[in-house]
Formats: sequence, structure tokens, C-alpha cells
Amino acid sequence: MTILVIAEHDNTALKNPTLHTVTAAEKLGGEVHLLVAGKSCDAAAEAAAKISGISKVLKADDAALEHQLAENIAPLVADLAQKGGYTHILAPAGTFGKNLLPRVAALLDVQMISDITEIVNATTFVRPVYAGNALATVESGQSLNILTVRPTAFDAALAEGGNAAIEDVAGAQESGLSAFVKRELTESERPELGDARIVVSGGRGLGSKEEFERLIPPLADKLGAAIGASRAAVDAGWVPNDYQVGQTGKQVAPEIYIAIGISGAIQHLAGMKDSKIIIAVNKDAEAPIFKIADIGLVGDLQEIMPELMKALDGLLGTNGMQKTA
Amino acid sequence: MKILVPVKRVIDAYVKPRVKSDQSGVELTNVKMDINPFCEIAVEEAVRMKEKGEAAEVVVVSIGGAKCEEILRKALAIGADRAVLVETAGEDVEPLVVAKILKNLVEKESADLVILGKQSIDGDNNQTGQMLAALLGWGQGAFASDIKKDGDTLQVMREVDGGLETLSLKMPAVVTTDLRLNEPRYVKLPNIMQAKRKPLDKIPAADFGVDLAPRVAVLKVTEPPQRSGGELLEGSAAEIVQQMMDKIGNRIAG
Ligand SMILES: Cc1cc2nc3c(=O)[nH]c(=O)nc-3n(C[C@H](O)[C@H](O)[C@H](O)COP(=O)(O)OP(=O)(O)OC[C@H]3O[C@@H](n4cnc5c(N)ncnc54)[C@H](O)[C@@H]3O)c2cc1C
Ligand SMILES: Nc1ncnc2c1ncn2[C@@H]1O[C@H](COP(=O)(O)O)[C@@H](O)[C@H]1O
Repeated sequence: MTILVIAEHDNTALKNPTLHTVTAAEKLGGEVHLLVAGKSCDAAAEAAAKISGISKVLKADDAALEHQLAENIAPLVADLAQKGGYTHILAPAGTFGKNLLPRVAALLDVQMISDITEIVNATTFVRPVYAGNALATVESGQSLNILTVRPTAFDAALAEGGNAAIEDVAGAQESGLSAFVKRELTESERPELGDARIVVSGGRGLGSKEEFERLIPPLADKLGAAIGASRAAVDAGWVPNDYQVGQTGKQVAPEIYIAIGISGAIQHLAGMKDSKIIIAVNKDAEAPIFKIADIGLVGDLQEIMPELMKALDGLLGTNGMQKTA
Repeated sequence: MKILVPVKRVIDAYVKPRVKSDQSGVELTNVKMDINPFCEIAVEEAVRMKEKGEAAEVVVVSIGGAKCEEILRKALAIGADRAVLVETAGEDVEPLVVAKILKNLVEKESADLVILGKQSIDGDNNQTGQMLAALLGWGQGAFASDIKKDGDTLQVMREVDGGLETLSLKMPAVVTTDLRLNEPRYVKLPNIMQAKRKPLDKIPAADFGVDLAPRVAVLKVTEPPQRSGGELLEGSAAEIVQQMMDKIGNRIAG
């Protein structure tokens, strides 16, 4: 078995979900290769070569790959799959992998399997369906398996310790079907939502953008936490779209998840119910979030938040915790 | 410009799905079903493009059992012109099969734009649109939160991890919708009445010459591990925060 993992990166650094995907690839048992497709992506390829467990890095460096357009990367991956005799192609189940891999799968006439959370054996996988209200165990009868991997379900591979050879891959082409115009990234000093030890999420209960901004960032910063949100808060324009936690947003599984003014709709729970400890603040004792929260604080968040900040000052000092990535 | 909008019939988004005790799937008999919310957004977007004069016709299509007619009628009530029901024996077909049937239809209809949902909320696949784009050899704008037609290109703003990205797609193209693209209108009674008279063609799936057999077998469907709620702390804000800190202050401190 030979497995190809498609790295998620920004030409300079690898994105963390790549490391979690490598762990899933290792569980399949077999040689693991990592494809870094980009433009001037030497630094990312070098980082990839150091990941423990990788036996080869394929570097495709081409102007056509600079912006990771699916139309340009997919034919390259399909070609590699055919020539390289791969049995599995994996990518992290973020927006990059979700955009790219179905296109690859269709080019290869393969029915892909999305968002796996468990590997039973090389052809049998578990994946959540119906917003995580059911787990499907599925078996593929195909000789090539194309999978996206839910990063929170697998530990990160060690970023150091490996020493894989880097091989150049040529043949990338501009499809002419799509062109990159611009990217507006959310700037933040805080840890990534997907890897933070603590996540503080706010919902409609905060009432307004002003209140969200007044109450949530100070708490997150005190805890060195990432900020998340419910769909309601995103739809209202209080926070950027990539803060949305849930079935159709981001999946998180931090050590501690703090939900402030979030009711706990099934679509929200789908994104956070694998957190180790869930703390919820809600004025409605019947809110569904309390059915899964380890600690539920029933009351008005306007009163609870200041008390919480005070108590954390006592616990952590007024500067709070060190920011942890 | 002709727009094709594929729509799927799924469990209502606000019903809690229950796993069947024989582990064969999720209970769907006597459960409220509806149009997949992302597909409803797709229909709304296509109808708005028609209302702006950018599209001449909006055709909606569903692949599934006879009951899919209900959601096609709903799409017609939103404002689609015509519907096609590709009838299967009833069970779900895989995204690759859906994409192959849609490719056939796109060619038959000479559609210039296909707008799909980004994800069906039952299977949570998030595949069909990207697969269809590959099969057609068209560009794809997945997870769109804004679409602008600009001559024969389409500007698509996409919701991606980290923020927003804008692409310019050569037409014809495939787009999949994210939640922020639009807010679907309320359908009014007169529109529902009108929708009943709009054309709805039925074509057996077998007529497309696509192998409908699944490539991936579902061995079992089980309940996820259930979390039980912990303690509810009630009282004054100061008291309950103190109780919380006593319980997990050390875990917070790391
Ligand atoms: C197709 C689809 C996909 C979706 N995907 C997602 C997703 O990925 N993520 C997601 O989050 N949602 C998603 N949703 C939306 C989801 O169904 C809910 O509508 C949403 O999660 C509700 O957000 P909320 O909890 O912030 O708001 P609400 O449900 O309105 O809850 C607000 C809560 O705040 C409490 N509150 C109000 N005032 C106070 C106060 N002063 N103090 C304390 N508590 C207070 C209220 O008691 C209430 O429980 C999706 C929906 C659909 C149809
Ligand atoms: N059976 C179907 N009939 C019509 N459209 C479908 C069907 N299945 C999927 N689609 C379309 O593909 C989108 C994505 O679905 P999926 O890839 O299953 O998550 C849906 O929102 C629909 O627009």
C-alpha cells in the first residue's frame, strides 16, 4: 500500500490539519508520501520532509499552483495517482480538501469518502452523518480510496524527526477555467480555532456585535483561547464566517469549550460535542446546550461574564495565560 | 443564460435524527422531510439572477423517489420555471452517480450555470458540485457567499478556512452555495398555487445509462457516544462562578 497525503499549506508553512492527516495515513499502514503543490513552496516542502513517518515528499512548484485552485491541482493529483500506483489519497477535511478531493475523485471515477473519524481497516471507515447524530461504518469496494480526514479525530504527527527525500513533480498546467482574484484573511494573534486548547464561542444571546466584541475577546485573551461562534452570530455579521463552529462550519475538540449565549442546536453541537470539557452560560435552564455541558451556569451572561473575568484574574493574574498556539 | 439547480429531499433540519435499532440507517418513516437548506439557497440565488434579467430560465432537478416532487414544487414556488424528477427506486444514490446523471442533464438542457448546495445535511458529503465540475471540465466556485455575473465570467466569493476568497470563473461554471449567499424568501400561497401548474417532467434514472450501484457499502449506522449533561449551577452570578472555579479552575489553568 502506498498513500498520498495532499498537504494544506500557504507555500511557506504547513497548516496543522496536515499533521493530523499524516497520522490517519500511518494508521492505514503503508508508505506515506506527501504532496506539496504550490508556487515557491520550498519552505513548505522542507517542513513536510521533517514530519515523522513520511517517506517521500513530492514538490510541485509551478505558477499555476500558487493559489491552490482545484481546477489546476486536481489533474496533477489524478495523474500522480495513476502513475504512482497509490492505494489511498488523503487530505484534511477543511475547505481546501473539501474543494479539491471530490474533483480528483471524479476525474478518477472514484466515489470518495468524506470526513472520516476512524479507520477500521484499509477499506473500512467510520464517518459522522446527519450532523454527527449517527456514525456510519462504510466499506469501499474500490482499489483506490479517496478520503478527507477530520483533523480533530486523529492526533498530530510529530513535525520533527523525519528526513524524507524531496522529489520534484512537473506537469502542472493552467486550466484557464478559473482565476484567483483576492483573499481576505481574518487577522488574529489568537491560536487557530482548530488547534486551540480552549475555545470561547459566542452566540445570539450576546445581543449585538458591540456586546460580542466587548465581552468575548477579553475572555478569550485571558485564557489564551481561540474565538468561535454560532451560525446566528456569523449571519448577523458580528464575526467573520470562518468563526462558525458546527455541522457546516468548523469542527473543534478542545480541552475546554466555553459556550456563551448559545442555545445548542444540533448543527452547533455537531461541531463541538467532542470537546473534553464543555462549559455553557445561558439564562434558559432548558437550553439544549445544558444537556451536553459538563458545567452549566444558568443566568444572565451580562452578570456572569464580569464575575468570570474577576475570578480568572484571581486564578491567572490580570495578564492571564500565555498565548499557546 | 439557463441555470440548472439540483435539489435534494432530506430530513428537516430541525428534526433530531434517530438511528434505527437494527443499525440499518436513520429513521425516515413518518419524519418531516424538506428541501435541503443549501439547495433552497441555490434556488433562491438562481431565481434572483432571473429576476435581475441575468438568466432566462431556471430548471430544478431532483434525483430520488416519487416524493421528491414535493420539494420540486417548493422550488417552483420560489420561482423556478420548470422541474425534472429523475426517478430512482427510492434509495439514495451516491454523489458520483448524482454528478454523472447531472452531467447528462446539463448537456441535454445546454445549461450555462449549475448552482448546487455545498452539502446535503443528511449524508454531509460535500462532493456533488465539485464532481460535476470535474466531469464537465468546468470551473468551480465552491462554498459561495456572493456571486456576480460579469459578462462571460462569474465572480464568486468563497467562504474558506481563514476568511474569504474571490475567484473569477469562466462560464459555463458550477457554483455551490454557503449559508451567507442569501436568505431564501417566504413562499406565499399564490406562488404555491402557481407552482402546481408549472411543468414537471419525470425521467426514469435508468434512461441515463449510468450505473446506479453503490461503490461504498454502508455496513452499519450507530448512535454516537452520548454525552450526559453535568451539573446545572443556579444562584447569584458570583456564587455560581465560584462553584465553577472550585470544580475546574485547575483544568482551566492547564
Ligand atoms: C443547513 C443549516 C446549517 C447550519 N449550520 C450551523 C453551524 O454550522 N453552526 C451553528 O452554530 N449553527 C448552524 N445552524 C443554525 C442552528 O440551527 C441554530 O439556528 C444556531 O446554532 C443558533 O445560534 P445561537 O445558539 O447563537 O442562537 P439561539 O438559538 O437564538 O440561542 C441564543 C441563546 O442565548 C440565550 N440567551 C439570550 N440572552 C441571554 C443572556 N442575556 N444571558 C444568557 N443567555 C442568553 C438564549 O436563552 C438562547 O438559548 C445551521 C442551520 C441550518 C438550517
Ligand atoms: N439526489 C440528489 N438530487 C438532486 N441534487 C442532489 C442530490 N444529491 C445531491 N445533490 C446536490 O448536490 C449538493 C451537495 O450534496 P452532497 O454532495 O451530497 O453533500 C446538494 O445540495 C444538491 O444540490
